[in-house]
Amino acid sequence: MAKLKKTHFSETHTPAGFNPSTIDSRESTPDKLVPIRAQNPGIELDHGLIAEIQANPTAIIHRTNTLKNRRSVKSHWQTAWLLKAVTLMDLTTLAGDDTSGRVTRLAAKAQNPVSMEILQKLKVEKCTLKVGAVCVYHEMIAPALDALKGSSIPVAAVSTGFPAGLTPFDLRLAEIRESVSCGAQEIDVVISRRHVLTENWEELYDEIKLFKEACNSAKLKVILATGELVTMRNIGKASMVAMMAGADFIKTSTGKEPVNATLPVSLVMIRAIRSYFELTGNRVGFKPAGGISKAKESLQYLMLIKEELGTQWLFPDLFRFGASSLLNDIERQLEHQATGRYSASYRHPQG
Amino acid sequence: MNVMNIFESMDYGPSPESRTEADQWLENKGKKFGHYIAGEYRQSTKPKYFTTYNPATGEELAQIAFGTKGDVDKAVNAAVKAQKKWYKIGGYQRAKYLYAIARSIQKHARFLAVLETLDNGKPIRETRDLDIPLVARHFYFHAGMAQLGDTELPDRIPHGVCGQIIPWNFPLLMLAWKVAPAIALGNTVVLKPSEHTPLSALFFAEILSQVNLPAGVVNIVTGDGITGEHIVKHTDIHKIAFTGSTSVGKRIRHLTAEDNKSLTLELGGKSPFIVCSDADLDSAVEGIVDAIWLNQGEVCCAGSRLLVQESIADTFLAKVRKRMNDLRVGSPLDKSTDIGSIISRKQRNHISEMVALGKEEKGTVYQPQLPLPHNGFFYPPTLVTGLTPSSVLMREEIFGPVLVSMTFRTHREAISLANNSKYGLAASVWSENINMALEIAHELQCGVVWINSTNTFDAAAGFGGYKESGFGREGGWEGIDYYTKPKPPKLPVQAKAKSKSELVYKKEIPESQIDQTPKLYIGGRKVRPDGGYSLNVLNPLGEIVDTVGKGNRKDIRNAVEAAKSASSWKHASAYNRSQVLYFLAENLAMREKEFARRIELQTMCDSGVALHEVRTSIETLFYFASWADKFEGKIHQVAAKKTVMALNEPLGIVGVVCPNQYSLWGFVVMMASLVSMGNRCVVIPSETGPLSSTDFSQILDTSDVPAGVVNLITGNHDDLVKTVVEHDDIDAIWFAGCSTQNAMVNKMSVGNLKRIWLLENNLNCWYNQKSSYYEFLKHSVEIKNIWIPFGE
Repeated sequence: MAKLKKTHFSETHTPAGFNPSTIDSRESTPDKLVPIRAQNPGIELDHGLIAEIQANPTAIIHRTNTLKNRRSVKSHWQTAWLLKAVTLMDLTTLAGDDTSGRVTRLAAKAQNPVSMEILQKLKVEKCTLKVGAVCVYHEMIAPALDALKGSSIPVAAVSTGFPAGLTPFDLRLAEIRESVSCGAQEIDVVISRRHVLTENWEELYDEIKLFKEACNSAKLKVILATGELVTMRNIGKASMVAMMAGADFIKTSTGKEPVNATLPVSLVMIRAIRSYFELTGNRVGFKPAGGISKAKESLQYLMLIKEELGTQWLFPDLFRFGASSLLNDIERQLEHQATGRYSASYRHPQG
Repeated sequence: MNVMNIFESMDYGPSPESRTEADQWLENKGKKFGHYIAGEYRQSTKPKYFTTYNPATGEELAQIAFGTKGDVDKAVNAAVKAQKKWYKIGGYQRAKYLYAIARSIQKHARFLAVLETLDNGKPIRETRDLDIPLVARHFYFHAGMAQLGDTELPDRIPHGVCGQIIPWNFPLLMLAWKVAPAIALGNTVVLKPSEHTPLSALFFAEILSQVNLPAGVVNIVTGDGITGEHIVKHTDIHKIAFTGSTSVGKRIRHLTAEDNKSLTLELGGKSPFIVCSDADLDSAVEGIVDAIWLNQGEVCCAGSRLLVQESIADTFLAKVRKRMNDLRVGSPLDKSTDIGSIISRKQRNHISEMVALGKEEKGTVYQPQLPLPHNGFFYPPTLVTGLTPSSVLMREEIFGPVLVSMTFRTHREAISLANNSKYGLAASVWSENINMALEIAHELQCGVVWINSTNTFDAAAGFGGYKESGFGREGGWEGIDYYTKPKPPKLPVQAKAKSKSELVYKKEIPESQIDQTPKLYIGGRKVRPDGGYSLNVLNPLGEIVDTVGKGNRKDIRNAVEAAKSASSWKHASAYNRSQVLYFLAENLAMREKEFARRIELQTMCDSGVALHEVRTSIETLFYFASWADKFEGKIHQVAAKKTVMALNEPLGIVGVVCPNQYSLWGFVVMMASLVSMGNRCVVIPSETGPLSSTDFSQILDTSDVPAGVVNLITGNHDDLVKTVVEHDDIDAIWFAGCSTQNAMVNKMSVGNLKRIWLLENNLNCWYNQKSSYYEFLKHSVEIKNIWIPFGE
């Protein structure tokens, strides 16, 4: 990754906007939404830094392959880690046939992701467990907000001509503004992949900067669509440009590309986040999305984050899974932790 | 532990691997082990035991029999008894046994991993993911070698009984590296595991019994260095393979000097880890973790010497320090442990002393504040920066989790600093520029180079060192060479030497003869001997044929200096080397009568015999000219997206001692083979027929051989050989002189562990059977394996 001359470490730093109430005691359920501040104002585009970015694919794959076996969490620790994964989830529905009914079901699940019975057996019933956000298309923002009222769970909307990002540029900006004004607190935008493939960093930077402005106070999550950027170096450079332009989160995929989130791609993006933090002191979040459907995989992602970015990144303000079927597998594993028996999908309420 | 607290802290928590089955096995064995000889555990008649400990806790694991000379004798007898039959059953039958062993290793994989971790103290992650899978891989690979040996290597036969002495750092893996190729090719084995880590070898013995390996094929004798010495000295053993320290390796070289056992030595290292400014630095940091914090740094090929480009040094070292904070030192049986226990208190003290010395040498020592277990012999990961090439820490092996570092300015300087070491085992090169990475890889003097990776192994790739890191290769086709030897050729009927009365006086001086002064030939120039003395060249009747210069130590020194200056020869294209050899042949052919006449005068042989020798020499030059651009390396099949190039590299400067027999051809065959592969030679011509060589200097002069590539020092072998063999700038010795000097040559080479090839009395065979010159080529090169992962 880039060679950074300046380092800004402060080990005691608490992430800005850190929301300790994501899992909190029952008595103090907050009624108001937690304000989400932009954490990354961005910096000037630095061509020199972009040019220096290196990413050696085989070494990166070696790292992710071995990391899986370098760390292990068992018993109570596994339970805690799985519960953590639940709180880091952007529960998502992005389908052409979404209806308000469907979104209401999802929102209900978001507020009660794991059944009380299991939480009681795990002796963690005193917490309100909820997911990181609910992620929908623009038209579903209103039903989502409605269903999530009083929960403090933010609504995220995909935007800018998701998933291809090839609609007229003005309309893409208008789309963001529209979603923000409807109450979406997070905007998941897609970039123009062609700017990366032609290495037109200036254009990419300007595009994302305008997205950022359009977001106003909403959190900007920039989807790189890594499956279409193909090389690790492209991904590393695009990550850095997105952060320079002000991305609060960088996200791997729309879920619609042929290859979505993978551990090696995530590692490249995570290391870019680390470099950017060392350079600016700004913490940018990371969201792998698409293809993560197993509890075990989610633990591997958490380990990767813990090892490469540190435990302070394991909060919903700085890490999210974009997933739809992951939660069910985690519920099954949690039930196994609670009962010692392997569980079945149908035993857990659908979202 | 409260789940909610963990939820806040997101700690890993304990994740212990169960040791129940390993403990049960030890219990069943009564925690007491004899040797494994002729297919069964045996106790000595008056058994003496030592204890093997778990270094992570200090607990006693078992009592192990101490191998006496009597035990070694029994084991060797069993191996001798088994060998002929084991070889005769053929490759396919042996392959089936090796295959069965591989399968059994896999069946007991976790058991072996736990046992190894208990005995050695290394993390379970490593034994489970690295050691044991590689053990199985080696037996699979060599099952294949057993199968193919009969058809693909019909000219090679096993050594017989191999004595194998292995270290404690990769106990079962080193056993596999040694045992698998040995038995695959029809050898039998007496193996001694380290006294620190005998348990996995003793369980391996059970596997051998389970697969019904014929009794005596593998025998395991436990004990320490004393037991090892009985093996090394045993006269019924014809091959010694040793992995361990350079000092013990040198002692073994010494002990085997007299009986000239075949030797494979895999010794110490101070392997450079080179990080260029254009590297993927975050990946290089992980490379360092794998290089020096694998197995607590107790790895012969550990990337222990960090060379980092000055322009990025601060950034990179900051990343390394930060990474060190996240390493986990602790119980080796915990699945989340990165660094386990050092093998022994003694070794940990040694490491502490070395780090203290680093402080004295003004190095800056960084050790993260990590919690260390109270029991056992744990040592924190350590980085020492700000050292220079003269620091002891930069030069000597530490064999612990201690990385020492230094900066370089350009990649050329990196190469020179990397090679500034007595060792030459491995290296790791990090750069995203393929031109630079490959140039560095080619220029490094070491047996293994990992580009943008480190400490990766596979049975299909060769492993072994240059310089004082030892010789011989393990793994791949090249490893097989060291567990076989050429079939002894049928000795041709020797022409009966003529009695003195049969010799005909032929000396005749042509009228036009002008006096000639054969001189030494150094750096492309004919020079007078430093001492200013000459030696008479006598024919068998004792008559003076001519005189040659009487070379001395200083002439050898000058010749080596000249050879050093000719280092560009190793970069000459194969085509170029080939052309030069053809040209030598052409020019020798023009003067064949003259050369034949010299042979006749020196040896008083028949003119036909002499002319035949000249013509054979010309053909030999053609032969090696042909090979110059055809003796190729290999691409090993290791893993997807990894290319391993096994390159044949020249040895460097080779001291060549010519035989008295074949005064011309003996010189030509050795010189031509070495020169064809890019070596430079310091030649000590035949004592009785030196004129054939000195005359040849004119051929060298007229054939575009660069100055210094071939140097000729005539003189008494007794005076010269010792100087050549001891010279630290000479990399190898080819000795075809009087066999009474063989042991001396072996012994004197210990200083820098030269590669020694004693041609003994075999020249006759080669002279008469041209097909077997292959052996010459193999001895002319050192094999370097370059690992090149790829993919974007």
